[in-house]
Amino acid sequence: MELLMRAAGSPVKGTRWLGLYAVAVFAFLYLPIAVLIIYSFNGEGVGGFPPHNLTVGWYRTLFADGAIWDSVINSVLVALAAVTIALAFGVPAALALDRAQFPGKALFRRLVLLPLILPGIITGLSLLMLFREADVKLSLLTIVLGHGTALISVATTEVFAGLQKLDRAQEEASLDLGANYWQTFWRITIPNLRLSIIGAALLIFTLSLDEIAVSFFLIGRDNTLPLEIWGRLRRGITPEINAISTIIFVFSLIAILLWYHLRFRSDGQTEIAAELVEAAVQGD
Amino acid sequence: MFSRAYKAVVTLPPLLWVTVFLLIPYLLMFCYSFWSVSAEQTIVHAWRLDNYRELLRVGVYWQTLLRSMWIAGRVTLFSLLLGYPLAYYLSFHAGKWKDLLYQLVIIPLWVSYLVRAYAWKTILGSDGVLNTLLQYVHLTKHPLEFLLYSPFAVVLTLTHIYTPFTFLPIYASLEHIPGNLVEASQDLGASPLQTFWRVIVPLSVPGVLAGATFAFVLSLGDFLAPLLLGGPSGIMISNIVVSLFGAAYNWPLGAAIAFVMMVLVVGLLFLSERLEKKWSFS
Repeated sequence: MELLMRAAGSPVKGTRWLGLYAVAVFAFLYLPIAVLIIYSFNGEGVGGFPPHNLTVGWYRTLFADGAIWDSVINSVLVALAAVTIALAFGVPAALALDRAQFPGKALFRRLVLLPLILPGIITGLSLLMLFREADVKLSLLTIVLGHGTALISVATTEVFAGLQKLDRAQEEASLDLGANYWQTFWRITIPNLRLSIIGAALLIFTLSLDEIAVSFFLIGRDNTLPLEIWGRLRRGITPEINAISTIIFVFSLIAILLWYHLRFRSDGQTEIAAELVEAAVQGD
Repeated sequence: MFSRAYKAVVTLPPLLWVTVFLLIPYLLMFCYSFWSVSAEQTIVHAWRLDNYRELLRVGVYWQTLLRSMWIAGRVTLFSLLLGYPLAYYLSFHAGKWKDLLYQLVIIPLWVSYLVRAYAWKTILGSDGVLNTLLQYVHLTKHPLEFLLYSPFAVVLTLTHIYTPFTFLPIYASLEHIPGNLVEASQDLGASPLQTFWRVIVPLSVPGVLAGATFAFVLSLGDFLAPLLLGGPSGIMISNIVVSLFGAAYNWPLGAAIAFVMMVLVVGLLFLSERLEKKWSFS
């Protein structure tokens, strides 16, 4: 009996079970993605085992589908504008949190991070009410304002983390040697934060492309890609949606690889996704 | 070292923007929750508690809120049950594969939320991959109908979405455990199981709290997965809010529910932060 218990508790055997469990979790995480990709080549529709009549026909349908590509263009434009807004306000916000003292600073920090952790519906509806009270017509512009505002949090978190690693002596030296704040900002601060800023921009771009909960309430006549897909899902589904999803997946993969390439050159340790989850929950 | 002008230039624009596009909208939602809709479908700007009374009076609102919390609770539990062992394995036993496996957990995170929910729909449907597979291997004769359009489908999909998010902070906290603490515990004669429960688990509590809060809060407010996969029995509180802002056209009542959700979420964040401070060792 004791022997049995020792065997069950032995690190080697326990590790083997744990390893199998990890494989199972990975299988769970990747199953839907695999199904999605495989069935984008399935001539017979989105379900049905085994898949047969393998074809690239759905991709052909997709490439001929004007509405989808219009929405892709809209999404890219929205994402670019959202990156601009989020950086324009997120970078100064990080500097302010790092070096200025002002009343309401703690509240400000929390407020900036709130859209990361609040369910999108709350931020989306709040903005909807603002636009209604201000008589602003819903359009891609309102989506841009929503994404830009919600994603300031990403820029601020990332740049703030970058500032903590910054060598302060460089800025001091620059100021001592007679450069003004403006010159120091552009020649010392920004180049030193380069990786944080590019990383934040990539992440904001990707998050905006995929965002749906806030956009859902701020949409005007023109659809973004997720909303176009959403509209089609409600009308009935074809592997064309698998095809566009597969293409988005491939592009996200490229963005991630680009991102890790950048990250590993600066340092392999910090991980923005983990930073964001913790920042969102802890408010700092 | 930085002048007042510098500080003002970096502080004021973001402060102003965040006030206009975050603080005022959230406050506006609070205001709306006291207003009402007239018979002519216009918003009446009169301050009353009627919407909140309605929430307490009509059972379906708080029942749906409770059901949403129950769904979110299960999602959190399953995400932890999947995420914690995975993080533990990667952190202590994955050896040279650690970095690669870590990236493999992150990748599904970047697959569109909508796309993953849709993928589960194609798997669970009555003509879906799973049902046709089961019939193909003659395990079942008829499609299992409970798979799709049920709370089960919502819990499964949201668990799939939030497991990587729960994994991340747990993994980070496990990685921050000083190796010499584990060694000391072993040297002093603790069994691997004792080391796990007495050293590793307590030190990973902050990560567990962060991951659990994230999963709970975001699945609590979800409305797309229930719309796509939930069916009538999988309706969540946000779906009611969506319909109040849409066809039912009662923005003030919808705002009251959304505000209650917001208070709930902020309260949970506060609680989680308190607990986390208590458990952090640094």
